[in-house]
Amino acid sequence: MLILTRKKDESIVIDDKIEIKIISLDENKVKLGISAPKDIEIHRKEIYLEIQEENKKAAIGNLNLEGLGQFFKK
Amino acid sequence: MILTTKHFGEIEIDEEKIIAFEEGILGFEDIKKYTVIVNPDKDVPFHWLQALEYPELAFVITNPFVFKKDYDFEIPEKVIEQLKIEKEEDIMIFSIAVVPEDMKKMTINLRGPLILNIKNKKGRQIVLDTEKYSLKHYIFEEAATENIG
Repeated sequence: MLILTRKKDESIVIDDKIEIKIISLDENKVKLGISAPKDIEIHRKEIYLEIQEENKKAAIGNLNLEGLGQFFKK
Repeated sequence: MILTTKHFGEIEIDEEKIIAFEEGILGFEDIKKYTVIVNPDKDVPFHWLQALEYPELAFVITNPFVFKKDYDFEIPEKVIEQLKIEKEEDIMIFSIAVVPEDMKKMTINLRGPLILNIKNKKGRQIVLDTEKYSLKHYIFEEAATENIG
């Protein structure tokens, strides 16, 4: 992983098309501004990981839905 | 084609009904082909998304709007291009459900909806970067209140 130190208002440019700027700094958080082409997806990492984990739980979950009928019968 | 699945035994797959997930599903990026197995019980709004390359893998899916009527989000332009979506009518949205032993504690993932273009059979999971919708939305609390009301 490349480690760089930036001050407030300084930026990093990636691949000539993505820019990450430090908008503000706080004691324990930093606000980042990101410019990137529309075809680049940007997400908070933990959200990605959460969804991966949830998908995995779904895959090993109960696939037998017979018991559900009783909740939906009209 | 015939697929020997772990959960449904041998099933006949209609080639026309194979959905291509070019990027796979998060956590299962290598698996790109799925088919929807519709629940034979018409009263139950849950179906299965069965993986083709890996017959052991299937997900329980449902229409999230049945459980969250005001579910609303924007499909990113990148996704519209990727799935070549032309009309809103071609879109089908599903949520993956996690079904524990106690079925009443079942949840659906509203943060990672599956977007399907039924016209060209392309699909993908998108990530909603918002606290507004839950990763684990309990469906039965709502169903219970609806029955009472």
